[in-house]
Amino acid sequence: MLLWEIFTTFLMIGFVSFGGGYAMIPVIELEVTKHGWMNTQELTDVIAIAGMSPGPIATNSAIFVGYQTADLLGAVVAALGMMLPSLFIILIIATFFFKMNKNIFVKSAFYGLRPIITGLIIYAAIRFAITNNVVGTMNWHTASLLGIFALSLFALIKIKLHPIFVIAISAGLGIVLYY
Amino acid sequence: MQQEKAQTTKQRPSWTFILQIFLTFLKIGPVTFGGGYAMIPMIEREVVDRKKWIKPNDVTEVFAISESVPGAIAINSATFIGFRLAGVRGAVAAMLGVLLPTFLIVVGLSMLFILVKDNPYIEAAFIGIRSAIVALIVYAAYKIGLTAIYDKTTLTVMVITVAILFFLHIHPVLIIIGGMGVGILLVQIRKKLGIFTAMDKEESKQKAEIV
Repeated sequence: MLLWEIFTTFLMIGFVSFGGGYAMIPVIELEVTKHGWMNTQELTDVIAIAGMSPGPIATNSAIFVGYQTADLLGAVVAALGMMLPSLFIILIIATFFFKMNKNIFVKSAFYGLRPIITGLIIYAAIRFAITNNVVGTMNWHTASLLGIFALSLFALIKIKLHPIFVIAISAGLGIVLYY
Repeated sequence: MQQEKAQTTKQRPSWTFILQIFLTFLKIGPVTFGGGYAMIPMIEREVVDRKKWIKPNDVTEVFAISESVPGAIAINSATFIGFRLAGVRGAVAAMLGVLLPTFLIVVGLSMLFILVKDNPYIEAAFIGIRSAIVALIVYAAYKIGLTAIYDKTTLTVMVITVAILFFLHIHPVLIIIGGMGVGILLVQIRKKLGIFTAMDKEESKQKAEIV
């Protein structure tokens, strides 16, 4: 059952979805390519559209993957899969007044988790850079992609430009350079 | 006030109140771009300043806990606030409210994308966008790295993670769960040995000041 597969996949991702949406990209990538729902380049476009939509990146990506794979019902079960673990855990914490952020086990779990989350995002960046030819054999095409990448990163870190404008500008550059 | 009565007397909250929670979070959804964090000030303004459902101190705690729970911080915070206001039904109402507009917009954009993706202009634009997405991911790593990587241990763990992902093909979910386990184990062992562990950047700074 395709819908059940989508639901259980995102249910699993929902349970480990720590550290802001970007850390989940390698997990989503592995699962969608394993199931044959999408390839890595198609997933890059998903992330782009998720980034252009309001709301959290990981949830948006899940909805988009669900929709592309199994239409509206796919989108619904993907969103439910991402939501249910959070709902379940919040209900437990809120019911028992568990002081989560003061608990020593929670603190030390996050001590181990934070650098791993960073590693996951770096891995995602390298994977996506390779798939989308941002790094590779040097020719005009790769150099121009590397240029857009460097410009975008500079705009994000130094100018603190909002991601939505960075995406818009790179889209304009894409049309100028590659049409 | 109606909602305070519902909370203090532990009566079943009325459906009109549940609907009010749903509509409040529905309104927050569509005006925020750029990930879940952009929603946080909106949620705060709505439930603390306007509706006075939650005290400022409490909402800070809600955000702190929501960050430690898996999932998007905005959706988690909404769910948490919904639960405080009206139990499980409040939690579900708030969650659906905050999610629904985003859901519809993403589905709408997905439909649009499938229609236009073969257009040569769109294809060219997306070649550019994909490079920007790589930059966005690097930027996300940079931002989280600023607080997550503060000593040799955290740096080593990060490098090992990237190496494992590339060369050993272990499922990232297992790495995440394993990392939490290793964190707990490491801190416990070091405690037994009497070694202090700086468990976040703040503690690391404090430790540096003491030494």
